[in-house]
Amino acid sequence: MFWQQLLNGITLGSTYALIALGYTMVYGIIQLINFAHGEIYMLGAFTGLFLVTVAGVNIGVALLGAMALCMLAGMLVERTAYRPLRGKSSRLSPLISALGVSIFLSNLMVLIVGVNTRRYPPEYSLGSFQIGGVQISSMQLIILVVSALFMIGLQYLTHKTKVGKAMRACSQDLEAASLMGIHVNRIISFTFAIGSALAAAGGVMVGLYYNAVWPYMGTMAGLKAFAAAVLGGIGSIPGAMLGGITLGVLEIMGVAYISSSFKDAIAFGILILVLIVRPQGILGRKLSKKV
Amino acid sequence: MDQLINQWIDPYYMRIIILVGINIIMALGLNITTGVTGQLSMGHAGFMSLGAYASAILTVKLGAPFWLAILAGALVAAAFGFLIGLPALRLEGDYLAIVTIGFAEIVRVFFLNFEPGGKAVGLSGIPKETGFTLVFVITVVVILLTAWLLNSRLGKAFYALRENEIAASACGINTTSLKVWSFVIGAFLGGLGGALYSHYMYFISPQDFDFSRSIELLNMVVLGGLGSIPGTILGAGILTILPEMLRVVAEYRMLFYGALLVILMIFRPNGLLGDVRIYDLKKRLGKKEVNTCRS
Repeated sequence: MFWQQLLNGITLGSTYALIALGYTMVYGIIQLINFAHGEIYMLGAFTGLFLVTVAGVNIGVALLGAMALCMLAGMLVERTAYRPLRGKSSRLSPLISALGVSIFLSNLMVLIVGVNTRRYPPEYSLGSFQIGGVQISSMQLIILVVSALFMIGLQYLTHKTKVGKAMRACSQDLEAASLMGIHVNRIISFTFAIGSALAAAGGVMVGLYYNAVWPYMGTMAGLKAFAAAVLGGIGSIPGAMLGGITLGVLEIMGVAYISSSFKDAIAFGILILVLIVRPQGILGRKLSKKV
Repeated sequence: MDQLINQWIDPYYMRIIILVGINIIMALGLNITTGVTGQLSMGHAGFMSLGAYASAILTVKLGAPFWLAILAGALVAAAFGFLIGLPALRLEGDYLAIVTIGFAEIVRVFFLNFEPGGKAVGLSGIPKETGFTLVFVITVVVILLTAWLLNSRLGKAFYALRENEIAASACGINTTSLKVWSFVIGAFLGGLGGALYSHYMYFISPQDFDFSRSIELLNMVVLGGLGSIPGTILGAGILTILPEMLRVVAEYRMLFYGALLVILMIFRPNGLLGDVRIYDLKKRLGKKEVNTCRS
């Protein structure tokens, strides 16, 4: 029972982690909570669904297609709603702009597909197998493997490539980075693209796992993922992964051993408790303020 | 008094006017926490919800008089504002934002499972005690009190805290208690608005106080201009009336609403009346002639 719940928790947690990575990368560079990120995740889930049902492509192709489309969507959102505000206002106005985009995107999707919950065709609910009393469905295995691959890939990208180095430079100091000849705007666009692609992958896999896709699915998932990013220490990429998995496991354990009707409250309750003890999150750096 | 007005004004417009008043009260509360003191709170609906439920349960289940119920609702919310203000001492900016979001979600989930509050079905049969006169009087009193507060020593300390916390504490301002106070005052007004709301609506359910409600209130403060009382009033007015006016575009309503938020932020990044205070307006009006002479 315990190991089963742990596995379910890690599965849920890896999807939180995939979304949380987008929050944390964007935050690391431009200190913006990108509230439209949950809607990008929703867009990814729908794109995947339509590629599978309408275009009839393979699920792997659908995953890549959703990621590609969301990359463009993420870059477009950054270009239209955030870039015009950059550098000329308080930090709250981009936040409101992000919330505006979030309302816009979810209602756009309602107009296109209606409010009903859509489902993936049944042939994707593949079988499951047992290892030592723990039931693992193929979908869980796919989620775990794909998320792990993406996270390793991201770690490689940020630490071993030139563009990754530029991203890290931007997150340390945007101005100094631009003085070093880094195209800051291009790097920010790139960060949105990567984050959005990861969210889209999360969206397609969650859509398959829970077999439900609806236009408002991004709001709660986005809040949870943001909570995960903060839990791990916002701005830190390993923190987002750790925070996502921790939150997923604790939430599933809470549902299993405490009460299922308090599911959403448990996640946030844990978050608040952790932040009271460790205000900078699990892996966050403590910045001392300079006068 | 109310009957007289109700004869002259269409009930639909009356409803919008009353909601504008209630929103002004709550937005002014949030303005003190977020706009003036700079503590980003994205869970104001949580306080509204506490005020609404506490007062409604008092009048419906215990038969308490209305004035006592709204006072109790506001005080319950203020008590929780105190509790949320405590973690605020150690947290900053976005960490605080997620804690307040989390708080509002926990409150919502609590009321979803709260037997006396009718669980997910909601609480109905709340006596309709809130009328135009009452909302008008309370709104005016709240506007005057917050204007007085922001002009007082305490209010100036709030502004100082927002501008630079370290400098403020170096000037001998007790930042710790101030942060908690800003939450308590904000929550009190949120609860007051919530209590008035529930006694206007007959019926409340946890869905009335979800994340989007918190966002709506935050939008009013930011759109109007952080820290500005006239701005907050304007923001509350616009954002209450705008969705109603957008009814002409029917199903595209929320689409336009979202797009307008983005556009307004792009063209007025500091809000419509960023940091304009009531006495600044007075000064500006008085100065007009002097200015032309000087130039």
